[in-house]
Amino acid sequence: MAEETHMHRRHHDMGGLDAGPIDRHEHDHAPWEKQTDAIMRLLVAKGVMTVDELRRGIEELGPGAYDAMSYYERWISSITGNLLEKRILDPAEIGRTMDEVRHRHETA
Amino acid sequence: MMRFHPGDEVRVRSWQPPGHIRTPWFTRGHTGRVVGMLGTFGNPENLAYGGDGAPRQPLYRVRFAQSELWSDYDGRPGDTLIVDLYEHWLEATR
Amino acid sequence: MTAHTHGDGHQHPHPRQPDVEDRPLTYHMALTAAVAELLVAKGVVTADELRRTVEDIDSRHPGDGARVVARAWMDTAFKARLLEDVNDAAAELGIDCGGIPIRAVENTRRLHNLVVCTLCSCYPRMLIGLPPDWYKARAYRSRAVREPRAVLREFGVTLPDDVELVVHDSTADMRYLVVPARPDGTDGWSEEALAAIVTRDCMIGTALPRSDAPRSGGG
Repeated sequence: MAEETHMHRRHHDMGGLDAGPIDRHEHDHAPWEKQTDAIMRLLVAKGVMTVDELRRGIEELGPGAYDAMSYYERWISSITGNLLEKRILDPAEIGRTMDEVRHRHETA
Repeated sequence: MMRFHPGDEVRVRSWQPPGHIRTPWFTRGHTGRVVGMLGTFGNPENLAYGGDGAPRQPLYRVRFAQSELWSDYDGRPGDTLIVDLYEHWLEATR
Repeated sequence: MTAHTHGDGHQHPHPRQPDVEDRPLTYHMALTAAVAELLVAKGVVTADELRRTVEDIDSRHPGDGARVVARAWMDTAFKARLLEDVNDAAAELGIDCGGIPIRAVENTRRLHNLVVCTLCSCYPRMLIGLPPDWYKARAYRSRAVREPRAVLREFGVTLPDDVELVVHDSTADMRYLVVPARPDGTDGWSEEALAAIVTRDCMIGTALPRSDAPRSGGG
């Protein structure tokens, strides 16, 4: 019963679980992290997406997301997923634009 | 409009649906007391999927005794925890 | 991602952090740039809005929350208004906290408040800036609700047995600001001097303001 019950607990819902000591290292936010935060704030302000959609997208990244990805990596992944679902963006244009971004970065 | 009032004893529903839910797992099935009403807000379970949040849900502050939440709580007996919970996740205990 | 310990809790540039232009472009950095570029190209947002929003994010810092707390310590009528409505009270000091309601919870000699968001990272960022990494990470989110006194000890705060502890799991539409108790030994201090000892962590509940250590702990 306990094992069956546990299967329905989602990985982000972690209050009360065992965990190790708190790592109090901090890092300064990189420009791309602030850019991600700014994109989200603007999409909410303009009614394009909600904070709950952001959270839902993060929750759906899967159980490994919290260990494999950083905070703003989860954010931009969820934001992008939501924009794809809303058909505001499509995969091909994202791929093409990422290539252009990389090319500009290499030649800068 | 608001079904519960400060002082009311409430139990958090022990539902386990899939989906985006703002009721922490560790509160489900536990009994607490309403200590405040925060107004009504769009339902996050609807907003999370592109909905408009209607019908809006009353939101309450519910206080739990730590010893009620965790059988092995080793802090002080009077320690408590307050969580904000939407009305549809609460039921009267009597 | 690079990280280092802030012994004093203050924000300062990472000493080994190379210039942004020299850093390798990660997948998610390229994705962020591409999404921003496409949203601008499609007219969903403007480049100017993005720039101004980043500036707004940069302008939010714990000092604003500290000013609010210091004013509450000086002025009991203001404190009453703060406990009623943080957004309105902060506006009196010229601080715009935006549309998400913030509530204040007051520490006293017999009561300590600690704030966590077990489900994500809810935090009064419009009043005290972006949350620290540990606030968003698994260990704090998991343990703060179940063994809060042990968590506080890790932060160097040992609560006496006669102090009641209330943990606030801030997971819905409210954000919570801890108003710490004014420490002894601060009689006659100016509002600015008082604000200087109200650190970020004091307003989360993982630190206590100290009259003997201005500007220490979680800047």
